[in-house]
Amino acid sequence: MRGITKQFPGVVANDRVDFEAAAGEVHALLGENGAGKSTLSNILTGLYRPDAGEIRLHGRQVEFHSPRDALEAGISMVHQHFRLVERFTVAENVALGDHGREGRSFRLRSRAIERRVADLAGRYGMAVDPRAHVWQLSVGEQQRVEILKALYRDARVLILDEPTAVLTPQEAEVLFGTLREMAADGRTIVFISHKLHEVKAVSDRVTVLRAARNVATVDAADATPRSLAELMVGRGLREGVRAEPREPGEVVLALEDVWADGDRGGAAVKGVTLQVRAGEIVAVAGVAGNGQRELAETIAGVRPATKGTVRVAGKAPRSGDPRAAIRAGVAYVPEDRLGTGLAPSVSIASNLALKSYREPPDSTGPLLRLRRIRDRALELINRYRIAAPGPQAPVRLLSGGNLQKVVLAREFSGKPKLLVAASPTRGLDVGAIESVHAYLNEAAGNGVGVLLLSEDLDEILTLANRIAVVYEGRIVGERPRAEANVEEIGLQMAGGEDPRRD
Amino acid sequence: MPAASLVFAFFASGLVLLATGHDALSSYRRLFDAAFLNHGALGDTLVSATPLAFTGLAAAAAFRMRLFNIGGEGQLYIGAIAAAAAGLYFGGSGGPSAFAIAAMVAAGCAGGAAWALIPGILRAFFRTNEIITSLMLNYVAGYLLTYLIFNSRSYFRQTTGFNASVFPTSKELPSSAIWPATTVHVHGGVALPLGAGFAVLAAVILWVLYKRTRFGFEATVLGDSPRAARYAGMRTRRKIVAVMAISGAIAGLGGASQDGDFRHTLDADPNGLQRQFYGYSGIVVAALARYNPLAVLPVAFLIGGLQNAGNALQGPDFPSGLVGVMQGIILFSALGGELLVRYRVRLSRKPRAGAAAAPEAT
Repeated sequence: MRGITKQFPGVVANDRVDFEAAAGEVHALLGENGAGKSTLSNILTGLYRPDAGEIRLHGRQVEFHSPRDALEAGISMVHQHFRLVERFTVAENVALGDHGREGRSFRLRSRAIERRVADLAGRYGMAVDPRAHVWQLSVGEQQRVEILKALYRDARVLILDEPTAVLTPQEAEVLFGTLREMAADGRTIVFISHKLHEVKAVSDRVTVLRAARNVATVDAADATPRSLAELMVGRGLREGVRAEPREPGEVVLALEDVWADGDRGGAAVKGVTLQVRAGEIVAVAGVAGNGQRELAETIAGVRPATKGTVRVAGKAPRSGDPRAAIRAGVAYVPEDRLGTGLAPSVSIASNLALKSYREPPDSTGPLLRLRRIRDRALELINRYRIAAPGPQAPVRLLSGGNLQKVVLAREFSGKPKLLVAASPTRGLDVGAIESVHAYLNEAAGNGVGVLLLSEDLDEILTLANRIAVVYEGRIVGERPRAEANVEEIGLQMAGGEDPRRD
Repeated sequence: MPAASLVFAFFASGLVLLATGHDALSSYRRLFDAAFLNHGALGDTLVSATPLAFTGLAAAAAFRMRLFNIGGEGQLYIGAIAAAAAGLYFGGSGGPSAFAIAAMVAAGCAGGAAWALIPGILRAFFRTNEIITSLMLNYVAGYLLTYLIFNSRSYFRQTTGFNASVFPTSKELPSSAIWPATTVHVHGGVALPLGAGFAVLAAVILWVLYKRTRFGFEATVLGDSPRAARYAGMRTRRKIVAVMAISGAIAGLGGASQDGDFRHTLDADPNGLQRQFYGYSGIVVAALARYNPLAVLPVAFLIGGLQNAGNALQGPDFPSGLVGVMQGIILFSALGGELLVRYRVRLSRKPRAGAAAAPEAT
């Protein structure tokens, strides 16, 4: 790709970017959110058309008029936000839009497709039931479906946008093996990430984008995480926040033998017993799909507990009633920011008032106090440095990091006793991750009990005072930060034995 | 944007007129005169516009929340039946009685709301598709209306007198149950039906409800993202039921206005009220108004004028299908315009592969 330029109203997303990847290599594309990685890959996959510049594939200039052109040229992409039909099964999603093999016949040959999908899944160690419906799957599982889609089409160029964001270190290792194998077959892997050690571990070369431009292409072997980070951020890095020692106060969350069903029916949370004290951060580590979302939702009242009790500051709010949980002092940062945590087409101001609108001072009787809601929105936008056109703009116009700031600003302003944060930094860039971490620390410092559900071990180790590991809906280990080590936690997350249990 | 769509619609229908050998400009001129300028035209336009305002508001109230209540038609019938019952029961001789009229308004609203609650409750508690259930109930309501007069000896049916023995008719409302109209002395006197006033009132109330109240806030969030609404602790089922009831009540009030303002009887004739399709046209009105209750009023007036003119002008020298064609084109261009606003259309030539890229000035 040479001289690629793409402008959106008010933004230059790509500014004369050159990018080149050879067959048989894993080429990492590194950059902060908004650096232009997604735009570049969307151009490569035919989703956008460049304003200027040219694309050459296997030496020949090509022009993609639609994603289909790119697909037919052998370019597949695993997007960060998945392109899946929720009501279809895994196999149906994989076969969707495919015109080779089974897809050639008019009749949908489900059996054959399912078999091939199961084969591929087995070969690359991805546990996915081809007959499961996509809406029933966790984020991690959905990503596997996306990868399978590309493998099914036998893509020559595979672009992966943040593929490891939802995987455990072990799973990521397996994925890296897969990617290397695919590269050895002569495929080109474009690996988009902002996790430095991963980039270093898996790729042959690294192209760094910053502020819409290509700042460097370097050999991975010569680079260090630090040098890459400096290229990416353009300034020296601050040391990561370390888990601060804290004096925990009284118990704000007490889970006693809590059970809850998943969307597919059947228990997803199986007898969890856990405590969080005021002023501490307790992390629940686990791979996506092991009941974390269901656990978080049960605490937040969105999902009823089928058994056991959830106590918040000594009282047990009615199970399955989000309003009762909010009143009891539970703040909840859901994994799905846009759509659950926020109403996309509704204004930023209204989204900031999403939980406070029903009581004074945001409303008097049945009437809203719109001026107050707007003024407070302005104040929060300033205080949390949310980059927004204005309080009345629909929230969906914001970038991922700013969306998360809107959620956090709202949740903190409710003066919670307990904060449940599910994957709060998923898909955010380094700068935004830093500020989210700072806010979580600040909350704990102010005496809020924080329950952090995350798949990112680095994050957990930097923030948490205590670490619990969840596997298949059960807590399989719990220890203070001081006694934690990565290998052991990783092993437990992957379902290995807890050595201290026997 | 809606203005541009209208201009485009007039232009496109002009082409249709030209193609069929009519003088476009003079046809429009006559249309406009018949709708708004001729003697008595404004009054007639109001007669057409008032029910459209009600059904338009009913649709706007529900559609804003992405509840697709297609049942305005049936809710209007049931409102008309209930209001006629109230009028017949409470009305007497003499001038308009505030009590009788209030009873009709209340009955009309209650009837429409009750009819809308059926799809509303089914949707809220059993996740039934409200489009289908509300649509099907339109037919039920229509047949019920016909049945009351033509196939039964109901309370509404006129059973005495010569005419009644020849052809089934419904009872006339007593004089105190007939809604008074205010005459404005412009243009030779224009009668403002009481129902038009109710429509304006309903529009204002709806606007306040959606813009300024907690209820409206919840409805907006729920319409945009049901998951976010639940997450924020909103009572989503109650809200769905309430919005359907409000929507139905407004349509039902439109039915009451049909009885009290215009027809002065329960019109069960399959070629009468049931041929007007106010409920369906109301959806068009609401869509053109982009579900904004205040915008529904002028749009209803415009579409009402168009219909009135169509009725007035139909004849050998005026293309009878013109009004229908125009309505279709207007809706089409309004929806098309919406699309153009949302996407940027770029016209580009397909460059040949391998052709030298134009030198870029940097």
